Amino acid sequence: MKAIIATTVFGIIMMFAGLVVNNKKSVAAIAAVLFAVLLGVNVWDLATTSPNVTDNLYFNKMLRIEHYSVWFNTLMTGCSLLYVLLLSKEIQKVGMHVAEYFALIFFILCGLYLLSSYNNLLMMFIGIEILSIPQYILAGSDKRNLKSSEASLKYFLMGAFSTGILLMGITLLYGAARSFDIMQIASMLHADFLNPLALAGIMFIMIAFSFKVSAAPMHMWTPDVYDGAPTPFTAFMSTVVKAAAFFAFLRLFQVSFNRLSEHWTIILAIITAATLLVGNITAVFQQSVKRMLAYSSIAQAGFMLFAVLAVNKFAWQGIIVYAVAYSVATIGIFSVLVKLKDYTYDGFNGLAKKEPLLAFAASVFIFSLAGIPLTGGFMAKYYVLLAVVQQGQLMWLVIFALLMAAVSIFYYFRVIIAMYFKQGTPELNSEISGTDKVLLLFTCALVILLGVAPQLFLNGI
Amino acid sequence: MILILLILIPLLTGVLSFSIKGEGAKMLALISSVVTMIVSAYVSGANSPEPITYSHEWIPMLGTQFSLLADGMSSMLCLLTGIVTMVVMITNFNKEVENPGSFHGFLLLAQAGLMGVFLASDALLFYFFWELALIPVYFLCSRWGGEKRIPVTFKFFVYTFVGSLMLLAALIYLSLQTQGINSYAWADIVRAGSSLPPAQQQGLFWLVFIAFAIKMPIFPFHTWQPDTYEQSPTPVTIILSALMVKMGLYAVLRWLLPVLPSGVEYWSDTVILLSVIGIVYTSLIAIKQTDIKRLIAYSSIAHMGLMCAVAFTNTNIGMHGIMVQMFNHGINITGMWLIVSMIENRWGTRDMTKLGGIATAAPAMAIMLVIISLANIALPLTNGFVGEFMLFNGLFRGDSAQHIMTMVVAGLGIILGAVYTLNMIQKTAYGEVVEMKITKDLTINEYAGLAIIISLIIFLGVYPKPLLDLTSEIAGMIVH
Repeated sequence: MKAIIATTVFGIIMMFAGLVVNNKKSVAAIAAVLFAVLLGVNVWDLATTSPNVTDNLYFNKMLRIEHYSVWFNTLMTGCSLLYVLLLSKEIQKVGMHVAEYFALIFFILCGLYLLSSYNNLLMMFIGIEILSIPQYILAGSDKRNLKSSEASLKYFLMGAFSTGILLMGITLLYGAARSFDIMQIASMLHADFLNPLALAGIMFIMIAFSFKVSAAPMHMWTPDVYDGAPTPFTAFMSTVVKAAAFFAFLRLFQVSFNRLSEHWTIILAIITAATLLVGNITAVFQQSVKRMLAYSSIAQAGFMLFAVLAVNKFAWQGIIVYAVAYSVATIGIFSVLVKLKDYTYDGFNGLAKKEPLLAFAASVFIFSLAGIPLTGGFMAKYYVLLAVVQQGQLMWLVIFALLMAAVSIFYYFRVIIAMYFKQGTPELNSEISGTDKVLLLFTCALVILLGVAPQLFLNGI
Repeated sequence: MILILLILIPLLTGVLSFSIKGEGAKMLALISSVVTMIVSAYVSGANSPEPITYSHEWIPMLGTQFSLLADGMSSMLCLLTGIVTMVVMITNFNKEVENPGSFHGFLLLAQAGLMGVFLASDALLFYFFWELALIPVYFLCSRWGGEKRIPVTFKFFVYTFVGSLMLLAALIYLSLQTQGINSYAWADIVRAGSSLPPAQQQGLFWLVFIAFAIKMPIFPFHTWQPDTYEQSPTPVTIILSALMVKMGLYAVLRWLLPVLPSGVEYWSDTVILLSVIGIVYTSLIAIKQTDIKRLIAYSSIAHMGLMCAVAFTNTNIGMHGIMVQMFNHGINITGMWLIVSMIENRWGTRDMTKLGGIATAAPAMAIMLVIISLANIALPLTNGFVGEFMLFNGLFRGDSAQHIMTMVVAGLGIILGAVYTLNMIQKTAYGEVVEMKITKDLTINEYAGLAIIISLIIFLGVYPKPLLDLTSEIAGMIVH
């Protein structure tokens, strides 16, 4: 709860800091400090959250803060701090209003905190909106760039459209269950209570969430938006924000719709299969690494959907490990990408000769995304697969997903091949400073730590 | 504790090697490999009557432990890994390599991965090492390989990666069957797997077997292999063919036969059929090859095919034969590749039609070539004979209804093997003398490397008892 207040206050502080402080560097430094403080507040929350859940109800039971929600918040705030540290220089280059960018990121985090602990569909809706609206602005923040404006508009229109569907779903659900409270909905919906209104509502909500997490066939906006938005913001949108949407998705379907799972599992399974197929196959044909990463984020979403499909305790572990592993690795690879002038594969040619450390870090991140053991990505895939195999019904989907994981090698390893085995002199935007190197190595260490000891990141969940 | 050294020594020296610029890396790699060899020899000596084990907490919530075990089979393969890596480091000592620090670093990391595969007695740990052994080899082939190295290595990587992922799915499934405890320990996996209903075992069999079949490789999953062997630099080809393919066979013996007995029983005829087809098919292709490296690559598939077929006959002598032959094949094929690389180094070609008269130009090398080739076609008094004799014996006594037929067809492999091997010797060692590009016979370190190989060939051919004793107990345990 303290974190929700803190992030709102910090967001406002950042907006005013933009008025007072004119130096971009100082603004970024203030933001970094505030993110660190926010992480501290989250840890404080973690220590003070009562184990008794009924003590943690806020706003007329609209929020229900549980141990795993706070832990998720803490991890995602940690990822955001890492993101700000790694990409701060690039954020400063995007445009004039640096303070506002950071303020918007704080507001996004506020949305994330609401989404991880909502107890009421209205709060979920508010959370999604708080999460989304700052993103529309961030996507269009490179105002003179036509692609950035297109991304923003596209994102906004599609986002508004999916919000409409979400509201429709909530309404139908309310009609069936006569409540917005997810616990009450859960107790109303059971196998004997087959209300077409409720089923239609669940479908609408599923479709709306599929938009948010860019699952096929509702993924069309993703490549254009991710490609068009300024690269540092793409890094944030495709990681922390996406993880938050998934967490909300899982929370609702796990808590409220668990007992109706036989009705929606098959549809979600098909969505998952389609997402894996579209994401992986299309990524193979991309020429730009940035665009490839957009499709790869769709492909990774397919794996994260596994957690939603498996309605059991492994799903929570799965989504948390996946969210962290995927976020850290993706933020890492983006922080390498922004150092390069040319975003195509050819731009990476010969990077290993010129900047061995950068190439090494990029390889670790790529390995993690591809799910090679000893990296976080492997453990992430492992946990979600475990969840689904445990569930028992979907072995076909597991095998299909593994084949698709093999396809992902094609596009991920092209980066490694370019860096290590091809000749060329990549052009860098700027010299790699000592701090950058330390941070990159730290991120690599995180990725490997996640792969060797994932239990440290689960904190007993 | 001693077991962890087998992994740690190559791992740490490997990582250290990356930071060394220049020739010091070779010295480090040599010392490291010698020390590892000594440790592995000690492990092989000390593992009876009780196997050495090591266990440590790893990820308790996943039911996986860092547990290692060295019984007869594991320690024999560790010893093989130790010897082969050492020979590679010795013979490679005077070769020019671009960026020796990384090259030897990757070689040592591959060794660490291999040791881990052979020692792991926890399924998830096994899977970790299984994949980790692959990554350094990928880098080695793609960076220091021949002209077509990038696509070829990529194909190799994708092939094996697909297999591994199937294996992962099967392992997760099996661990979830371990009645509530959700464990990956070998004993628990065996118990869970063997108590599954036959229909499920038959399905799981392929998920597991494809991973191993790709690695060995078994027809029709072998197509990555000749290209990869051809394109890789010789030290890597040796690691691949002498050690990594053994990973596949070892995995069948350790993680397939005991785990899914009903599945194995149901599919054993199919696998034997595939293996036997592979033996004849690859032997015939080998006859048509002019590139020595490709010829040996195909002959290696034939040899592995025979071992795989026998693995599914469920006979004691056959299993024992596989253990012995895994070691011997590793030694012989290492010798073959060394000779080939020496020929290529001096004549600048591997094409048999452009070679000739090695016996006149470099007599010592020719003698070595003949001895190793004869061991490769299992002439009596060489080590190859002992293993192959036991293998055919096992095939003959097998459970399968067509056991005599399969033995006869597989036996064609011996004849065909003699045809292409002798043909190769004739074309390269005798005939018209072709001028060497670099005129010299064997150098001291090449002598040293080959001397180890040759002495093992002859020693184990005449007196195979130590090897037989080491593996007899475990061979009996695998047969049910």
